[in-house]
This record gives sequence, C-alpha cells and structure tokens, in this order.
Amino acid sequence: MDKMIVSIFGVISILFTYWFFFMKKVNTVFATDEVNILVDGGYKPERIAIPYGKTTKLVFHRKDSSSCLEEVVIADFKVRKFLPLNEKTEIEINPTKKGEFDFSCGMGMFHGKLIIA
Amino acid sequence: MNKQTFAIKGMHCASCVYTNEKALKSILGVKDAVVNLTTGKATLTSDTPVEKNKIIDAVASVGYQALIENEGTLDEKIKTEKIKELKDLQIKTTVSLILAGLVVWGSFPGLLNTSPDILKNMLNHFFLASIVQFWGAYDFYKATISSLKHRIANMDTLVVIGTTVAYLYSTAVVFYPGFFERLNLKVEPYFDVSTVIIGLILLGRFLEAQAKAGTGEAIKKLIGLQAKTARVIRNKKEIDISIDEVVAGDLIRVRPGEKIPVDGIIVEGESAIDESMVTGESMPASKYKGDTVIGATMNKSGSFIYKATKVGKDTMLAQIIKLVEEAQGSKAPIQRLADIISSYFVPIVIMLAIATFVGWYVFGPSGGLIFAMLNSIAVLIIACPCAMGLATPTAIMVGTGIGAQHGILIKDAESLETAHKIKTIIFDKTGTLTKGQPEVTDIVLIDKARYQKFFDGKQKTLPAGRQGANNLVSSLLNLSASIEKNSEHPLGEAVVNKAQEEKLKLSKVIKFKSITGKGVEGQVDGKKVYVGKLLNDLSIKEADKLKNQGKTVVYVYVEDKLAGLIAIADTVKETAREAIQQLQNLRINVFMITGDNRQTAQAIAHIVGIKKENVLAEVLPEEKEKKVKELKRNNQIVAFVGDGINDAPALASSDVGIAMGTGTDVAIEAAGITLVNKNLMSVVSAIKLSKQTMKTIKLNLFWAFAYNIVLIPVAMMGWISPILASGAMAISSISVITNSLFLKKANI
Repeated sequence: MDKMIVSIFGVISILFTYWFFFMKKVNTVFATDEVNILVDGGYKPERIAIPYGKTTKLVFHRKDSSSCLEEVVIADFKVRKFLPLNEKTEIEINPTKKGEFDFSCGMGMFHGKLIIA
Repeated sequence: MNKQTFAIKGMHCASCVYTNEKALKSILGVKDAVVNLTTGKATLTSDTPVEKNKIIDAVASVGYQALIENEGTLDEKIKTEKIKELKDLQIKTTVSLILAGLVVWGSFPGLLNTSPDILKNMLNHFFLASIVQFWGAYDFYKATISSLKHRIANMDTLVVIGTTVAYLYSTAVVFYPGFFERLNLKVEPYFDVSTVIIGLILLGRFLEAQAKAGTGEAIKKLIGLQAKTARVIRNKKEIDISIDEVVAGDLIRVRPGEKIPVDGIIVEGESAIDESMVTGESMPASKYKGDTVIGATMNKSGSFIYKATKVGKDTMLAQIIKLVEEAQGSKAPIQRLADIISSYFVPIVIMLAIATFVGWYVFGPSGGLIFAMLNSIAVLIIACPCAMGLATPTAIMVGTGIGAQHGILIKDAESLETAHKIKTIIFDKTGTLTKGQPEVTDIVLIDKARYQKFFDGKQKTLPAGRQGANNLVSSLLNLSASIEKNSEHPLGEAVVNKAQEEKLKLSKVIKFKSITGKGVEGQVDGKKVYVGKLLNDLSIKEADKLKNQGKTVVYVYVEDKLAGLIAIADTVKETAREAIQQLQNLRINVFMITGDNRQTAQAIAHIVGIKKENVLAEVLPEEKEKKVKELKRNNQIVAFVGDGINDAPALASSDVGIAMGTGTDVAIEAAGITLVNKNLMSVVSAIKLSKQTMKTIKLNLFWAFAYNIVLIPVAMMGWISPILASGAMAISSISVITNSLFLKKANI
C-alpha cells in the first residue's frame, strides 16, 4: 500500500517539477530607451523586447549576493560585465541585427532573452 | 569642515581660475573654492560634501570639465567584493567542516568509541547540524528561494533539497524516535551526511572562487599597465598631471626608466623603448624624432619629448583592453550545446532524484526508505551543472588573455575557435611578408677600370683588394644618392636611405633635371650623372640576373657611360621563412597574393619557401576578395593575413581575417585576429593558441559531460554515498577551472 502511495506521489512530483520549471509563461516587457532589470534569483523582467537600430540602456540591479549572478553575459553583443552587489550597472546596446538573443549569468545557469524587432 | 579636491580640464589662463572659482562658490553650501592653474586642481570647502553632479554642472556652466574620481573604479569594487566573498567562504567552510568533523566523530561506527560523551549525544548533533544547515548553507537557501520565485533551479537548489531532506529526516529521528521504531527503522540520524555535504561543497566553492580569479588575471594586468600621471609641458613649465587630464596635442617629457603615459609622436630626443607589455615583442625598439610611441610602454635609456596624439579611450592600450573584454564576453559556437543542456539540466536531475527515491522504495530491499533517501540525495548532490557552464568561458578567458600578452588580439571567441581549423592561409605580400619599404639590395660596378677613371684620375690602376672595391661602391652610391636626394621617387628614397645608412656625406648637385618616365640627372662634382632606366636596348647580364630575383634595377650613368647598377627590392621580413615553415609543418597550405608581376612574386615566394603553384600574382587589389572566395569553395577554412587597411574586403571574406602590424590602431573591424607586432611568428602563435585553447575546451567539456553521464547513473544505482558524491562534485568544477588555468603554461 505504502509503495503504491510513494509511486503515485513520485509520479505527481515529477510531473509537477516538469510543469513548474519547463512550462512557465514569461511575459515580454517592451522597452524603449531604458529598462531596469532586477537581478535576484534570476532576471526580472526575463524577456525584454527592444527596438532595432536604437540605443537602449539595460540597467542591471543586482540584489543577489550569490556569485552565480555576479556576471552578466550578452554574448551576441560581446558583453561580459561584472555587476557589483546592490548597485545599478548600465549596459548600452545598439542592436544592428534582429532576432532573439540570450543573456545569461557567467556560467549560463540563469537566462533572459532580448527580442529585437 | 569638509574638503573636496578634483581636477578641472581645459584651463589655460588666470581668468579661467577666476571664472571657475566664481562658479564653484555659487554652489549652495560651498564656503570656499580655490583653483590652482599649475596643478589644474580645485579644492572646495563646505560643511557637508557637495554632490558630484552639482560640481560637474557648475564647472560645465562656465565651459570647463570637472574630473571627479568615482568612489572606486569597477575594478576596485570587484576586488573588495571578491575579498569579502572569499573571507566569508573561508570562515563558513572552516567552521562547517569542523562541526561536520565533530558530528562524524560522534556518529561514525568506527570512531564512535573514541569520542567524548558529549559528542555521542544526538541532541548535540542536532545543534551542530543546525548551525551548519542554517548558517553555513544560508547563501544556498537564499539563492534557492529567490530563484524558485522565478521558477528556476540551479546548483544551490540541488544542494538545498538534498541536505534539507537529510537534515529534516535526522531531526525527526532525534525528536520522534518512537515513530521510526514502529516502522522497523533504525533510530539513526544522518546529520553527518547533511553537514559533510555542506562543508565539502563550501570548500569547493572557496577553491573555485580562488581559481576563477586567476582566469581574469590578464585583463587586470593590462589595466594595471596604465600610467597614472604624465609630465606635460604647459606654459613652458613642466607639471605632473593626472593621466585623465592629458589632452591630444600636449607635449610630454619622458625620462629614462619612466612609463610613457599616452600614445604620441616624438618631437625631440631619442630612446630605446621596451614595448613588450603591449606588443609582445621582446627586443626594445629604437625610436627617433617622428616615430610613434605607445602609451604604457617603458622608456629605457634616453630622455625625449613627444606630442600626445591619442588619449583616454583612443589609446592603443585602451583599445586592447576593450577588445579583450569584448572577446571574453562573446561565446564560442562549441559552447552552444553545453548551454542548451545546462538550461534543462537541474530540473531533470530533480526528476531523476524523485525517480531514484521511488525506485528504491518500491523495488529496494526492506527498510527501503533509508536507501531511497540516501541514494536520491546522492543523485542531487553529485550532479554538477557548474562544470559544464565553466568549461568553455574559463578557457576562452585565459586564452584571449594570453593572446593579449603576446600581442595577439582576438576579436571574439568564434575567431579563436575557427583559427584551429585553418587549412589554407593566404599572405598578402607587400607589407606583410615583406617590410613594405623598398631597400637597396645590390650595387654592381659595370666597368671597374673605366668607372675608376671618372672619379679618381690620379690613380692609374684599380685599387687592390676588397677595401678598394668597397670604396668604389661607396662612390657610386654617393653619386646616385646625391642626385636622388632631389627626386621624390620611392626608389630614389631607397637609394638615399642606403647612403645615410652607410653614413656617406652627399655632394652638391647642380643642373638637376627629372626626365619623366626615364630617370633623373644632374651635375655632381663637375660630372654629369644620370640615374634611372637603361638608356639603350642592350641587355646587361648582371641586370638580368637581378631582375630574375624579383628586383628592380636602376642604371647609373657617369658622363653618359654606364658605370653601375643598383638593385632595389622590397625585402622579406626576417621571420617570414621560419613562420611559413612552421605553418606548413602544421599541415597548412600557404599561399601568397600580390599585385606584382609573376617574376617578382615567384622570387619572393622562393625566398620564403612558398610553393610555386601557391603564388597568386598580378592580382588587382579589388580581386583579392574573389581569390579568397575561390579558395574557400572546397570547404576549406581559409585565413587571410594582411595589413588591415587595404585588405579589408579580403580579410572580411576569409574565415579568419588576420591583420598585422597596424600601428596604434588595433580595432580592425574586418579582422578576427589583430597582431600588434610585425613579427610573422605571431601568426603561428595565434594558430597554436587557438589549437591549445580548443584542446582545453574539448577536454573540459568531455570531463564535465562524462562526469555527469557516468556518475548520475552510478548514484541512482546506489553505488556511491552522498558524502562521496559531494566530494566528487566539489572536485569536478575545480578541475575544469584548473585545466583552463593550465593554458597559461601552453607553449605558443
């Protein structure tokens, strides 16, 4: 009986884990000149749409002391920047290509997306 | 009373002082403002510190610029933060490991008998483990909670789930032993598991943080090269000012042993300068009036004055730093797969851990709860996504850093990756394989006896021995150079340079005449001298021989009679032959491309060791790009090596564009790799560096993937204890970083 319960509970837990991590909906934030991105256990907002051909300022505000999030990498724009704790770090981007570009922490564990249209 | 001192840029006269003082005094709260013209500094006195913006605005309102230093540069902030992080980690690691040691001493069957009674008490274990769990692992919890809010899981999540399960189970055992007895389970807490795991993972983090600091060392070194002050000459006075205040056009004095502050051109004096820190060239460079000097290099012997041409972010060093930073921010294509996997990795491991628990509980031996719990903890703990995430970036950081130290600037990780696959390399001839400046290579006397008669009437016979012949050669050179001094032809310049090199004193020329398309003539020491093309159609054996070697021959006539020949050629760089040999040893097919005629091109190719069939001669500049594309057609990875200025389209159309010796402008858009020095061996070094870096990356990725692919199933099968799992995990990421750091020892 207990084995049955554990099995059912296990399957439900696996499904829950899948749903919780892989099926989240992410809203896209549209930014024009400047966008504040909170760095705390991830990036908030996570999906940011910025205009093509116009300089947009990404202001990263790191509140997470974990060293995982100490650097932000926007590889397609060749940016790897250290984000001092509890400070705002500005990164200016002038997109000359359209598409979806990933940004992440230094080790690639936390991700965000820049959408350029 | 509060005092603030800062620099003001743009002041030239006493009235500037007055205007600035007035503007500063008008800021609310400022008691006094003193501006010093000589030092270019202002001191404000106020009750409370004046806001930075207010000062900048006040100074700007009268047309100047206040340079107020930030509280600390980013570099200093990083340093402070890192020191704090390391110190915290050190304390937490030490305390956690000691406490874990005590718990193990008091609970491990073999050691239990030797421990004092106080350590045998389970309640005490609970207290010790609680400290480790909530103080030692505090940061893990914090990171887990904030990332779960974003529905993200990372390394910390795995550690937190694993150790919390062990901790809560053990706590329940301590406080409700009866419940476990009723389930026929041993009343045995697993505080040793939770504490040792946390202790070892903290130790891993500590060592990882220390090692990681080493990967970014090169850029710190580059930043550290920057001089702090400059001794400028203003209003005929020499003053020491901060490097930020130097403007283009400033005259700067540099004494022996001093660092050159910014880029510029020598206007007075000469010296030998050690440029190795920027160009990677180990021999000091001799610099004279009119030569370019590079900021951050070291003046060795002489004292000189130079005019600043590039300051601030335009200096070569600033451009190099920017390039290296950008390269370190880019991603190598090889990293893509690791990126995709690591973004799904942690949730999958959590699912596998749940499956392990269920599997062991349902199918395991009796009392399966313990096995189920310990094995699922082992799965959570052994998984190491960090190693995958660190494999490529750490190697790229070290690789680009080493490159910069050798004068090899890599634009992005992709170029570094592509360079190891180069199968074909095309060298532009002029200025790349050769020095790009025509030089006199041979001087031939046609008729020694007759020639001597013209210039040394007293002497009836030819001077005997080598010395005599040398004197005649010098006389011919002297005559030609005296005439050519008046011409503006590049070949003429080569003749004059040769005469200067030989320290010959040139004679006065009268009746100088330039004959278009032919040459130049004039009277030197009363004799008619012509230098230029052959004046009749006769073929001269010596001239033909020189022409076959790809040299240009000019004919020297004295009193309308041919006296000698001067051969001029663009000479090959000393390192060309060795570099091409080494590239060929690396099984790279080496080509040469040039606009020169085939004869000249073949001659140069022969000297440097390029195969006859690999010479692309008589190619117009606009056709170079087409040739590159043709060679790329066979799916070959093609590199083009050029000067970066005239070859931009060819550089851009190749797979890896290599620009070399571009002076102080190193940001060549079309080039994937820029070589700061003119040494052709740097091309070999760049390819070797790429090969070494890729080798490191591949080994890192193999290790990181193999580790997880092998050890996660091992943990699921219950073949590894959670404590061993945490040890393996800690070693895994450190070994990846250490392997990247080994690149520093690579022989490139």
